[in-house]
Amino acid sequence: MKRLLGVSVPLGAALVAFVLGSLMILALGENPISGASAIIEGAFGSGDRVAVTAVRATPLLLVGIGITIAFRASVINIGGEGQIIAGALLSTAVALAIPDTPRALLLPIVMIAGMIGGGIWGAIPGALKAYASVNEILSTVMLNIVAVQLMNFLLRGPMIDPIEKTGSRIPQTERLSDNAAMPSLAEGTRLHLGVVIAVVAAIVVYIILWRTPLGFRLRAVGHNPDAARAAGISVEKNITTAMAMSGALSGLAGVMLVFGSESLRMVTDGGAAGFTGSAGFNGIVAALFGGLHPLWTVPSSFLFGALLTGATKLQQALQIPAALAVALNGLIVLFVVSSDRLRSWLERRLNQGAFATETAELRESNDDRVDEQQNSTTQDTIR
Amino acid sequence: MSEFFTLSVLIATFASAVRFAVPYLLAALGETIGQRSGVLNLGVDGVMLLSAFGAYYTVVETGSHLFGIGVGLLIGLFMGLVYAVVTVNLHAQQGISGIGIFLFGLGFSDLLSQELVGAIQPIRKLPSLAKLPLVGGIFEPLEDIKYLGELLFSHNLMTYIAFALVPLVTWMMNNTTFGLNIKAVGENPQAADSLGVSVERTRFFAILIGNTLAGLAGATLSLQLGVFQQNLTNGLGFIAVALVYFGAWRAKWVMAGAMLYGIVTATRLQWQARDIIPNSASDIAAMAPALITILALVLLAKRVRGPAALTKPFSRH
Repeated sequence: MKRLLGVSVPLGAALVAFVLGSLMILALGENPISGASAIIEGAFGSGDRVAVTAVRATPLLLVGIGITIAFRASVINIGGEGQIIAGALLSTAVALAIPDTPRALLLPIVMIAGMIGGGIWGAIPGALKAYASVNEILSTVMLNIVAVQLMNFLLRGPMIDPIEKTGSRIPQTERLSDNAAMPSLAEGTRLHLGVVIAVVAAIVVYIILWRTPLGFRLRAVGHNPDAARAAGISVEKNITTAMAMSGALSGLAGVMLVFGSESLRMVTDGGAAGFTGSAGFNGIVAALFGGLHPLWTVPSSFLFGALLTGATKLQQALQIPAALAVALNGLIVLFVVSSDRLRSWLERRLNQGAFATETAELRESNDDRVDEQQNSTTQDTIR
Repeated sequence: MSEFFTLSVLIATFASAVRFAVPYLLAALGETIGQRSGVLNLGVDGVMLLSAFGAYYTVVETGSHLFGIGVGLLIGLFMGLVYAVVTVNLHAQQGISGIGIFLFGLGFSDLLSQELVGAIQPIRKLPSLAKLPLVGGIFEPLEDIKYLGELLFSHNLMTYIAFALVPLVTWMMNNTTFGLNIKAVGENPQAADSLGVSVERTRFFAILIGNTLAGLAGATLSLQLGVFQQNLTNGLGFIAVALVYFGAWRAKWVMAGAMLYGIVTATRLQWQARDIIPNSASDIAAMAPALITILALVLLAKRVRGPAALTKPFSRH
């Protein structure tokens, strides 16, 4: 029963999203069934569409597994947007500086640069939390703003395409070196190596978290910092490490957005979402939906990639704005984070008889105690 | 540069800084009340976007600013209801549920504006009190006073409401039963509960008030600008949350933080308009408040203590 209820959270969230999405489409005067079929066709209709879905899912997956690391260490990283931008900026700068480096070298260098850029942008709030008790939610939000302005400054000034300098001044870089482009996996589609890299990264993160001493320390700090400290684990160092790793993965997502794009350049429209497509936030949704487990985040990211890709088709076919997908993501988050209580209520309903009710209440009181430890972000609901 | 440092330009800049500060101030005051009760609301930006659109669309349809503000207020109240149920009753993790509210607001306001309005059409901006009937008779001559008039009497209704709320909120928190209950459930909910204060009800109402103010902030933003566009707030609501920490959960210091953001914005625009600095340097200047906020957080974090029960759901065990 318990196991069944575990799966009920993502399924319930999907159902709620489906019902609410249908209602919205209905309210906009369209048929929900044709809406749903437009989304499915847009996401999986042809080999090319599947490729687009996978490409769209890649940054969500990278950000999502990064979020998993941070949350498991009980750090709430909502700086994904800034970390994506920081990674993209550093990797783009590197590609601009050494464009003639052979591909076998340049591609890894660019990816490492992106991870360093994002890693630094993540390590700062991590260190501020660990050593100066600065709330990481606030510092990551502030660093998102700083990253956006830095991007605007660099793309309008030092890093602007020389042609644009005298021309229409579109804030974008020149076309980057082909040697740094993500190699295509299937001719004629947009599928590129980044998709594989992201999936491998998810497996690596799983292994790190559950099969290495580092992962053990990170989870120990997240589970009970006092106990971890008593056991000789440096809470400060591990919080910083978790945020640096989380940021590095977001930075890698930024690399994918630049070097996996068709135009092969970095462009800004002045806001964060214009470049990131809100991947820094949608990655959180994917991670939560995947139960904060790196491996479950893989299918979860593809699902949200499909929703976002399908929404584009929805706009073309039925003139329903693709922003519908963003609104639905928000509702899914609300449902998933509310589900712990809903689930225990459901459990109580299912367990008939006095004894069963009593144990259920006991269990609920245990749940609540865990709640109070503030690190209740780790919803082990999936397993 | 010298042309910026003339009295009339400085006063014009400061007067517009006051107006730019209003959405920050309203949202941050609301967040202060919520956080004092122990609930972090990270969804302010989403609520502001929804009410900003609601107010804008109401004005497009009816032409009445007052209706627009009313609709913004009601949207804030409704979102407060949702957020209160999710966090107080369902004990959802507060940081993340706020992101849920934000994403919903971001997407849904964009959806509605594309669906209902389409291309951006500007509306009449929120007028200053001097231009209104009834009170206009009082404010019009006052506005003409040299310098002082522009500084003090050239503003719109929401500006006066926002700044009047600062002493009002301070008084409410320190002198009314409700305010003291809010502080009690934010500091020590167990103790408050044992004294017969309903933790859930107090937090519920604190959240409702907080979100209503966020709704007013959103309405003010779009009506002051006279437009709505996708992601109009551009992170303003998140900054408002940071201002609460910046202001150490005190209304007057929160106001100081809001004014800082207002002054930086107004100065930057003034410099840009007068070609004092190039556009690219303006991007750097836009980083300043965020960096100052981080610096302030670093300096304050270990000295100022926030509500002890902040982000911790309450249950009787």
